[in-house]
Amino acid sequence: MAAPPTTVNEDFIRGLWKENPVFVQLLGLCPALAVTNSAINAVAMSAATAFVLCGSSVLVSSMRSIIPKQVRITTFIIVIATFVTVADFTLMALLPDVHKELGAFIALIVANCLILGRQEAFASRNTVGRALADAAGMSTGFGIALLMLGGIREILGSGSLFGVSLFGDSFEPWIIMILPPGGFLTIGLLLVVFARMERRKGGAS
Amino acid sequence: MASSEPSSFKMLLTLGLAGMVSGLVLVGIYTVTAPRIERNRAEALDRAVYQVLPGAVRKETSEPNPEGDVVYAGYDAEDALLGYAIPAEGAGFQDTIRLLYGVNLERRRVVGMRVLESRETPGLGDKIFKDLDFVAEFDDLAIDPAIEAVPKGSAAEAWQVDAITGATISSKAIVRIINDGNERWLEELH
Repeated sequence: MAAPPTTVNEDFIRGLWKENPVFVQLLGLCPALAVTNSAINAVAMSAATAFVLCGSSVLVSSMRSIIPKQVRITTFIIVIATFVTVADFTLMALLPDVHKELGAFIALIVANCLILGRQEAFASRNTVGRALADAAGMSTGFGIALLMLGGIREILGSGSLFGVSLFGDSFEPWIIMILPPGGFLTIGLLLVVFARMERRKGGAS
Repeated sequence: MASSEPSSFKMLLTLGLAGMVSGLVLVGIYTVTAPRIERNRAEALDRAVYQVLPGAVRKETSEPNPEGDVVYAGYDAEDALLGYAIPAEGAGFQDTIRLLYGVNLERRRVVGMRVLESRETPGLGDKIFKDLDFVAEFDDLAIDPAIEAVPKGSAAEAWQVDAITGATISSKAIVRIINDGNERWLEELH
């Protein structure tokens, strides 16, 4: 591991790749597997998660000195749950079709350990600016991971990307890719790729 | 943190305040979005009425029955009654399925079906509205003696529906909801 980053820029960059929440920290796998059977679902889920994560991080960070540490987890959960409900209602009002598609998984953002994890590990110990940079980086990293999963699964499982058909009628979709096993297969293969790249880098230094 | 053991009062105060602020925010967002959500629902229902009664250009909401439920009568361009769009709901595989279906009483047929709300398994049960072949089976379906879901490929009679492979429970739920709806309403509508 490199020295702990100190600048806001590094706080942001870290979440994208080196500490990618899904591929490296293996956090938030439930939504990452559950809703990524198409690219558009992945984008919607990432956006909702980003909203909750950034909102919670800023709030938790700005209140970090007044929250007694015995009740901090409870307080974090209240903050997170509030943001999730706001996101839930907002989606229901503005994008009812997307909301219908994601269904219960929006409400389940509250149980995404990525969000609570960042509050405990980072936002509650750092300044608002750094907390926001960290949250934005982690959200973007989460989004990249979901988009990769969703893209691969949609291309193989439906023969399309963002609903646009890619191969025409000659392509027989691999139905399994849009079903739950396809999620596990895809993440397994992506993790292999990630681990290989990490090892190669480690070996070179 | 400054002191290692803050008083209970401070903890209570923090949680109480957090809960109160959170409650206020929730009330706020609910108040702001509720009319819009209600309108989205009404619009979705409105669209669905015309989808399940092909050819309808005008709809009329019935008087509510004793339970407060309504059906929608659909009329064609000559203002002749085409049939009724009946909202119905019932248990699905995971949660309540709400749907709307159109029925032509003269021909004793279901002429269209749209799922309005459901939380069926993504990739399997959600084919009750995503699989257009399945939805199309309800475009012309006899209601007597009763609609029946049969394993895929074996529908032979006019009242039989090919169930979705891997989503038998969801398919049967749709059929059951429509049959129950018919039982509740058809007598009254005649």
